Amino acid sequence: MKKLITAFLMTMMPVLVMAAGDGMHNDKVDIDLSNKASLQNGAKLFVTYCLSCHSAKAMRYNRLVSDLGMTQEQVEKNLIFTSDFSKKEDGEATKVGSLMEVAMQARDAKQWFGTKIPDLSVVARSRGADWLYTYLRTFYIDKSRPYGVNNQRFPSVGMPHVMWELEGFKKAVYEDHKGADGKVHKVISGFETVVPGKLSTVEFDNAMRDLVNYMVYMGEPALLVRKTIGVWVMLFLVLFFFVAYAMKKEFWKDLH
Amino acid sequence: MSTDGVDNSRRRFLTAATSVIGAVGTVGLAIPFISSMNPSARAKAAGAPVEVDISKLEPGGMVTIEWRGKPVWVLRRTKETMKNLEGMADILADPDSDATQQPAYAKNLYRSRTDSPNVVIMVGICTHLGCSPQYRPELAPDDLGADWKGGFFCPCHGSKFDLAGRVYSGVPAPTNLVIPPHMYLSKSVILVGKDGGVA
Amino acid sequence: MDKLVALLGWVDERFPLSKMWREHLSEYYAPKNFNFWYYFGSLAILVFVLQIVTGIVLTMYYKPDGDMAFFSVEYIMRDVNWGWLIRYMHSTGASAFFLVIYLHMFRGLMYGSYKKPRELLWILGVLIYLAMMAEAFFGYLLPWGQMSFWGAQVIVNLFAAVPFGIGEPLSEWIRGDFVISDATLNRFFAFHVIAVPFVLAALIVVHILALHEVGSNNPDGIEIKKNKGPDGIPLDGIPFHPYYTVKDIVGVVVFFIFFFAVVFFAPEMGGYFIEPPNFDQADPLKTPAHIAPVWYFTPFYAMLRAVPPMLGSQFPGVMVMGAAIVVLFFLPWIDRSPVKSIRYRGNSFKIALGVFVVSFVILGWLGTQPSTPGMTILAQIFTILYFAYFVALWFIPKFEKTKPVPERLTS
Repeated sequence: MKKLITAFLMTMMPVLVMAAGDGMHNDKVDIDLSNKASLQNGAKLFVTYCLSCHSAKAMRYNRLVSDLGMTQEQVEKNLIFTSDFSKKEDGEATKVGSLMEVAMQARDAKQWFGTKIPDLSVVARSRGADWLYTYLRTFYIDKSRPYGVNNQRFPSVGMPHVMWELEGFKKAVYEDHKGADGKVHKVISGFETVVPGKLSTVEFDNAMRDLVNYMVYMGEPALLVRKTIGVWVMLFLVLFFFVAYAMKKEFWKDLH
Repeated sequence: MSTDGVDNSRRRFLTAATSVIGAVGTVGLAIPFISSMNPSARAKAAGAPVEVDISKLEPGGMVTIEWRGKPVWVLRRTKETMKNLEGMADILADPDSDATQQPAYAKNLYRSRTDSPNVVIMVGICTHLGCSPQYRPELAPDDLGADWKGGFFCPCHGSKFDLAGRVYSGVPAPTNLVIPPHMYLSKSVILVGKDGGVA
Repeated sequence: MDKLVALLGWVDERFPLSKMWREHLSEYYAPKNFNFWYYFGSLAILVFVLQIVTGIVLTMYYKPDGDMAFFSVEYIMRDVNWGWLIRYMHSTGASAFFLVIYLHMFRGLMYGSYKKPRELLWILGVLIYLAMMAEAFFGYLLPWGQMSFWGAQVIVNLFAAVPFGIGEPLSEWIRGDFVISDATLNRFFAFHVIAVPFVLAALIVVHILALHEVGSNNPDGIEIKKNKGPDGIPLDGIPFHPYYTVKDIVGVVVFFIFFFAVVFFAPEMGGYFIEPPNFDQADPLKTPAHIAPVWYFTPFYAMLRAVPPMLGSQFPGVMVMGAAIVVLFFLPWIDRSPVKSIRYRGNSFKIALGVFVVSFVILGWLGTQPSTPGMTILAQIFTILYFAYFVALWFIPKFEKTKPVPERLTS
């Protein structure tokens, strides 16, 4: 029976692989949640570049203190740029215990960008780290788009290249590719920097690694402790098993 | 089924050991469940210390702010009302604030920080059953009698407090109003909910 | 100690406490040869209790409101003390419940536990399974992610396929709106936390009472009550307590090792227990590229898709899907072999059961995959094989070469 199942699954394998994902390539990213420096840098990048338009309204600023080891002063002085317009009419400054909300109103956003701007609290869990890493690094010049840039991972995305200061601008290099229908398509084979930014390609990749690292953490802050607690629970249960099993054996001696 | 040759002590030991480990496991599993009912991070953030700017608060004026979901009164008393506080001992239940309803630095006649005795900060919840008393600064109104020198009156059960939040004797409320921890960040900005080194 | 005995006596005069203890534990005689497959009944009760307890805590913080539901789940995952653990236990528990019940049902199929005198016991079990499906379906909408929303949309629209003009009003009545909306979420919440759990709890109690009335079946499929000693106790029976209580404790610990391994190390289980698109908030204007129900529903979903629409209606597919479950109710009367256990049945039965189980598993896998013509043909083949099992069961006893069933348990 097992052989039959295995044989069947083997024949189905190609279908399985084809069905997974949308067929686009993702660059792999190294996620390391124990790297506090990377997480802190990612948090800074996130509030500087993402949080002006996107919200992350499941995330509290003070977690940056309790989880990522930043000081309260750092967070208050350097990371909280917004005022809490949504809750207080007078726009009182956002507190360290507040959620990462955004000043932009949803209706304005719809008008300016033509779409609702997604909240980024758990985007790392719906899209995956590799997707984010690839997406952030594949903006290229495309004059036909409203913001003059397009994205390879997310074609026709409504987002401008907010990190152009850091990365600069690059253009796509195309190569001819024969499709299944026999026609020749132009396919992006790589990028070429046109306007250099503040960071080199390697530095920018590292910065984006930090940003994605932070976003993975933000998607599930419990990740920092979950597995550690899990190890202790497993050890306890294994101990419990040996004792419970010995007890069962002892009682069942009656029956033989 | 044979029960001869049963090692009873071994059996008792293993049963006890399993029971103990099982109990430890049950307690371990119960902790997250019990702990989950404590105030969440949201409740804690909402209960964080609150800043009040009193630069625009006139003598005799009072503002009510919210701290941990409760009304907190910030009252700037006039010279006369402060003087009135002195002769009240006979009609009060705890004129010297002996019950610990206030931080040590507010255990004085004015129930305030000593360097700004005219400003008093109180949790506006009656110590009887939790209604919020009314601010009645006027002197000798009809309903409160000729002896009334201004204070707080609880409409629920008729408890009376003076302008330092001290409870009258013979009313249902047992103790003085609570003074929350507070500190002055500057001359005119108070942080309610936190003591600091600043006296 | 004397005081305690006296207290027990006081209670016993007013409530049959000692009597219940004896009837259901210390003097409930179970066959002595229970094997691996007999853990899953008690484990199912354990998971049910876990779901109730974790569910109560989640209910304290969850908001059944179209605008707030999604972020209230994230609130539980972050702001509530240990909320992430309790939520993961609940989400993993849902899958664990189905896994345990599927294994429990497979045990019943193998050893003929649905046969006389346990027909009613089996029917009660199928009712529990149905209630679980309702419970899981209602619960899956609550996180208010894209999969929640569109999954519910698709399933509720199945009811719209009912012909004679009652389908459309029926689906609107279920939703309380023209699409899945706040109204739907709120009523699904009510069903998930109040209505169905009550039904489930009641059914489980009745299931256990019925079991203890007829007595447990066993891997040999022999009635132990036929061979009683002079004291009226079955010769092959052993008291449930302590023997099976100590054994089930071991089972519980082993189950917990697997359960908590998932909870702590892979709560999403590669997207099968918690699906990635469910981390996007429900959006009525945008369907995800590929929607699939959670794994425990996928066999039936595959059957639904396997049946082509007829006369412009999806109804035949819905009928087939419903029939796949309804047929289970008739199993005790479809299978007329006098031999219960697979141990003494012929090869034809073994092959039929094997094909049935493989078909169910493959249908489950097909249900997770996007629909393509090739996949649809596969789904059709295995749907037919699923139903073929019940046809085969009817005919197999006519030619089956069974082995002689011993008088007493073999091990």
